[in-house]
Amino acid sequence: MPRSLPKIDVATLTAFGCIVVLLLVGTVAKPGLLSVGYIVQQLLVASFLGTIATGEMIVILMGQIDLSIPWTIGMGGMMATGATGIFGHALGVALAIPFGVACGVVVGLVNGLGVAWLRAPSMIFTLGMNAVAQGLMVWHTGGFAPQDRATGLMIALAGGQLIPGVPNPLLVWIALGAATVYLLTRTRLGRYIYAIGNRERAVFLSGVDSRRVVLIGFMLSGACAAAGGVLLAGWANRSYQAMGDPYLLPVIAAIVLGGTNVLGGRGTYLGTIAGVILITLLQSILSVLQPQDYFARIGINLPADVFRQVVFGLVIIVMMMLYGREKRTR
Amino acid sequence: MNTTHDRAARAGRRSGNWRYWFAAQRGVLIAAAIFIVMFAVYGAAQPMGLSVDVVNTAANKGALLALVAMAQTLPVLTGGLDLSVGMIFMLANCLASTIVTGNAGMTALGIVGVLAAGLACGLVNGLIVVYGRLQPLIATLATSAIYFGIALALRPQPGGDINGDFADGMTRSTLGVPSSVLLIVAALVFVWIPYRNSTLGRAAYAVGSSEPAAYMSGVPIARAKLCAYTLAGLFAALGGLLLTCITFSGEARAALGGEYTLNSIAALVIGGTSLFGGVGGAVGSVFGAFVMRTVGDLLIVFNINPVLQPLFVGVVLLFAVSLGSLRLLRVRNKLDLYR
Repeated sequence: MPRSLPKIDVATLTAFGCIVVLLLVGTVAKPGLLSVGYIVQQLLVASFLGTIATGEMIVILMGQIDLSIPWTIGMGGMMATGATGIFGHALGVALAIPFGVACGVVVGLVNGLGVAWLRAPSMIFTLGMNAVAQGLMVWHTGGFAPQDRATGLMIALAGGQLIPGVPNPLLVWIALGAATVYLLTRTRLGRYIYAIGNRERAVFLSGVDSRRVVLIGFMLSGACAAAGGVLLAGWANRSYQAMGDPYLLPVIAAIVLGGTNVLGGRGTYLGTIAGVILITLLQSILSVLQPQDYFARIGINLPADVFRQVVFGLVIIVMMMLYGREKRTR
Repeated sequence: MNTTHDRAARAGRRSGNWRYWFAAQRGVLIAAAIFIVMFAVYGAAQPMGLSVDVVNTAANKGALLALVAMAQTLPVLTGGLDLSVGMIFMLANCLASTIVTGNAGMTALGIVGVLAAGLACGLVNGLIVVYGRLQPLIATLATSAIYFGIALALRPQPGGDINGDFADGMTRSTLGVPSSVLLIVAALVFVWIPYRNSTLGRAAYAVGSSEPAAYMSGVPIARAKLCAYTLAGLFAALGGLLLTCITFSGEARAALGGEYTLNSIAALVIGGTSLFGGVGGAVGSVFGAFVMRTVGDLLIVFNINPVLQPLFVGVVLLFAVSLGSLRLLRVRNKLDLYR
């Protein structure tokens, strides 16, 4: 008999509940929407967000934040597609994916050094790194015409189906998620990550080199963001400069909606999965419902994005009111 | 009676106060010094020198970020954060391009409307943070999406107009003094300084230093936070109004608001405000914002490829943040490194 059943917290349950509600709303509005094909497609879209969110979640669990996500995604994508221009064709095709991810690791390394050793606030240091990564990428594209086409392997990784019916990015996310769950719940490093989020000083006094743990956390974040960039570049068959810009806020929102405390120390990966699917589904259902049509009928013409943004914000507020409130000061 | 004695005591106190003042204002003074040096280099390298037009253009550009950075400073001082300042700025821009038109009366009414909208946005942030008890980061992340949505509803396409006389008055310079600088000074003198010296301003600093301690001392925490977020909305709306005067149009672009929000955080850090709250002030943020903008101007006069601008801004930011790490050299107990 298992010692304890896996505990599912309120946040995760609420998020999964909202996913079911959203699917029901979608089915009512458009009968026949709910099919295996639709769900697989949504999971495919979610796997890009999920891959990126995995690393950010580790950083947030440590009580830090990584705002360099957008241009680390861009860097991952652009360096992976640009590898053939840098290493030559034969080597470039082989190295494209590892090189893209490695660039993300380097960004994470600098972030980690700044936050752990220079003790700079992560919010501002990673913001600076985001600008530096942007600068390097703009310089890279401005200096000479770079290769922006994805290699065959990248396209296969993002667009193919190794197991029929299951898109490859979803497999990547599942593998990454399984590894992260193992890391967070079954390894010492995982325990350190939670402990640092609660009180770094105590971790240090317990004889743990907490700075090294923070460094590893930021490197994982950079690697995940860059891997997300590689997948996105493979999916779109090309990389472009601002490809990571729309991801920062949804990633943070997904993690937080999944019940991870932004101040660190608490949160489950299952919750993050729920948050990522919830955010993805929310965007999709809104484009199915097309609320702008109802308004257009009463003579108010509004762009579809208005509703997407307002509903996005309201959902975050309402859901966080349900389970993300802080304790009253006493 | 003992007037000489009193005077001596007072003088002694005053010199003590000066030392305290210098220690407290170190961040502001460093930021101001960096700005003055950078701007002097800019003026010297400029073929025209620091003509009225050059100064005016630089002031207008810097004032936009300065107002948003001032807005960001208030919540940060309470130990919070406002990720929606950029979007309030943009919302005010879109609103101003719609209602600040027509005759003088209508224009004045429009200006009041824009500022009231900014205050309302800030108040909503404050209510969610204080009574909803949500993390400021999350609360303002959510409201920033909502404000962007509203801005987009107001201006689906870039466009609009603003009263020409008003816009001209706001963007030209009188006797070599740009109106935008006067606007910043007015905001500092008539809003920031009275606020800082008021009970609520003091309370904001106290809350930022230690919320439990402030609570135990009977500081009005809820009102202090509400006031900080609401005034942040006002400053951001002032910035949006100025932007409309400069561009003569409104535009709802997510990247624009996001850029101003992030740059405002950078500017306040350069200006000596601590992201952990309780230390700093709006004056430093103004200089921080002008430093950020002058970096870009310097690149132009030195003929450095404009595509390198983000790289330089990032490096300057990292450098400024790393300078703060010098304090680590003075830490005697290694435990002080960790929280």
